[in-house]
Amino acid sequence: MKNYFKRGEPMVLVSGATLAVILFMTLTLMAVILGNSLGYFWVKGLVRLQLTDGSLVMGQLTDTERHALTDAKRQQLKVGNRDLYAQDFRWVDEAEISGRDIPEDAYLLERREHGNFFGFLKELKDINGAPVAADHASLLKLHREVLTQKEDLAPIKSEMSRLNQASERLRLKILKLEYHDAEANSATIARLSEQREQLTVAFDQLLEQLNQRQSVINQASAVFSDANGTTKELALQELVRIYQPNRMSVVAKAGAYLVKIKELLLDDPRESNTEGGLFPAIFGTVMMVLLMSVFSLPFGVIAAIYLREYAKEGKLVQLVRIAVNNLAGVPSIVYGVFGLGFFVYGIGGSLDKLFFPERLPTPVFGTGGILWASLTLALLTVPVVIVATEESLASIPKGIREGSLALGATKFQTLTRVLLPMATPGIMTGLVLSMARAVGEVAPLMMVGVVKLAPTLPFDGQFPFFHMDRKFMHLGFHIFDVGFQSPNVEAAKPMVYVTTLLLLLIVIAASSLAIRFRNQMRRKYTSSHF
Amino acid sequence: MSPESEVTSRQPIVTVESLNLHYGAAHALKDISLSVARNQVTAFIGPSGCGKSTLLRCLNRMNDLIDSVAISGSIKLDGQEITGNATDVISLRRRVGMVFQQSNPFPKSIYENIVYGLRIAGVKDKALLDETVEKSLKGAAIWDEVKDRLHESALGLSGGQAQRICIARAIATNPEVILMDEPCSALDPLSTLKIEELIDELKEQYTIVIVTHNMQQAARVSDATAFFYLGELIEMGETKKIFTNPEKKQTEDYITGRFG
Repeated sequence: MKNYFKRGEPMVLVSGATLAVILFMTLTLMAVILGNSLGYFWVKGLVRLQLTDGSLVMGQLTDTERHALTDAKRQQLKVGNRDLYAQDFRWVDEAEISGRDIPEDAYLLERREHGNFFGFLKELKDINGAPVAADHASLLKLHREVLTQKEDLAPIKSEMSRLNQASERLRLKILKLEYHDAEANSATIARLSEQREQLTVAFDQLLEQLNQRQSVINQASAVFSDANGTTKELALQELVRIYQPNRMSVVAKAGAYLVKIKELLLDDPRESNTEGGLFPAIFGTVMMVLLMSVFSLPFGVIAAIYLREYAKEGKLVQLVRIAVNNLAGVPSIVYGVFGLGFFVYGIGGSLDKLFFPERLPTPVFGTGGILWASLTLALLTVPVVIVATEESLASIPKGIREGSLALGATKFQTLTRVLLPMATPGIMTGLVLSMARAVGEVAPLMMVGVVKLAPTLPFDGQFPFFHMDRKFMHLGFHIFDVGFQSPNVEAAKPMVYVTTLLLLLIVIAASSLAIRFRNQMRRKYTSSHF
Repeated sequence: MSPESEVTSRQPIVTVESLNLHYGAAHALKDISLSVARNQVTAFIGPSGCGKSTLLRCLNRMNDLIDSVAISGSIKLDGQEITGNATDVISLRRRVGMVFQQSNPFPKSIYENIVYGLRIAGVKDKALLDETVEKSLKGAAIWDEVKDRLHESALGLSGGQAQRICIARAIATNPEVILMDEPCSALDPLSTLKIEELIDELKEQYTIVIVTHNMQQAARVSDATAFFYLGELIEMGETKKIFTNPEKKQTEDYITGRFG
């Protein structure tokens, strides 16, 4: 036994156990997130419960628990039909249940508003408002027809948006002319105003046309009843998808699952972000992080080069180095406050005064936007890049530097031709770390440009394509918003996990790319005999 | 202490006169005067810390890299002063190549290693670069070993091969003097032998100054030897004379292994 301790075996056990605990926690984290998010898109069957008071409840079983006081078992159902019941979820005591069945013809309707509807089809009206046979096939057919007709409206809508933007540009132009010299430019202003008037007229015509066709499409509707027979008329164009979950096979459900994943990745959010897709948030997150890298990488690398290669070692350099290391530890909200005060109000405000004085008090750059958010995060992550670059430069053997200098290379040539390529793997590691940190930051972003719902992406087909002044959506903020600011917390819960999973996936994807690149570089630049 | 002797009476290429060097407060080189003859191998020997490497590094201004160094005195290359601030260090280093104790190939291909000196000097002519690579590798007696893998990484070579690549790299810029700072101390005996043979061939075209800890090596490869002790040049002369009949007692003690 004495020997056992002497040989240090317990230390091996302790270190192994510590690693095991960490691994276990990481796996648990993944399991919790995966378990809670992956199930969300599976179309669950509908159960109809007969209660002892004679009423019926229909919904999806979501949870079972024992009542904290009475110890009676109770079940949670998602009953949907928020517009009828005012809430999505309902607890039912086991004792109240007198019978249950699984109605084959029950419908699950995903709607554009008010969440899901669970019920039975009663009546169906086509586009002319004429009643047709209320069966599943004609419902699907009519729904498809409505959706196609709706798609036909897309050109009108995009033309309207084009007119709108053109009119907005004219408005700004007029504003500018008026600001500079209304008298001298009065002729131009009048001409532009007339143009704008024409645009407005064209816009109004299109709007009327659109409204007309919308109201025609709106005539196609269906009457559904809930479990207790309360009926509700729903316009078919309000329905996103129609399922009969109790009739669906596993394959059909798997298909529906994939469709929903696709929606998640490529569509806009609905229902105050608790349903629909996350595309704007994914796009915003990725673009913000890339933009941040564009700022932080060159600045960090060049600063580190100066610190390591050019600055004379001394008290001052030591101090700067300590300060840089400490910067990485400053709470992120501090950067948020700084970003708001310096970038948004300071620089942004000045830019507005200089270049867009006619639009004041409406800010262009003097309000949160993706540019300011990226700069703020770049400031937050630049210490990581500096430290990583410095360390990788420091780890290059002295002989390499001397070898290059001894051949008549200048310091700069040595740096660009030998040292920087060799330091790249280390710099990449720093970049990965900084990106991972930036992706996860929420607090500073809330002050400098993240919003819960952005009407436009910061990059689109409109000149100048990158709109640095626009506000954007972000997955991290989305989690916070959906989880804590949503009016319907229970329904939002799965979305929180789904968003978290996506955020994780983005971090993993970015890291894997950078790690791959780093390993390639490392293979190229590591030797066997140093 | 008379460094003048029959070997150095040949036309000197490097002349050092009353050179003093301080590392901060430490006096590392004390009033050194010597000259290095053209197309000969001159060996610097002496115990660790005697200043022989420091002196070597003065000859191509590698000491500039250390902030605390202060130099006084004069070093002339072909009669041209090289210690002052006015010296063009870059072109000096092209004229005085250097091979280090640890072979230090760059993490590039063999080809790129050899042409590095030319590329940074702005040479772009592909034919000239190709020609230089072949000539330098042949000059460093490694052409046959690497001619089929010129574009593979130089990091895959053995220690001895890597050191000869470094020599080839040094001669690619066609210097007048090659400084070698214990070039064989990290190598096995066989590789050491190859390098020594190479040094013998190289002196036809270049002047070589070699720092070594290995007494036999100094005796084998050099024409002239300078013995340093505690920053002072104790004795310099024809290698044969230094090793067989040194004038100073300290030299004799060191060479016969009584200290150092």
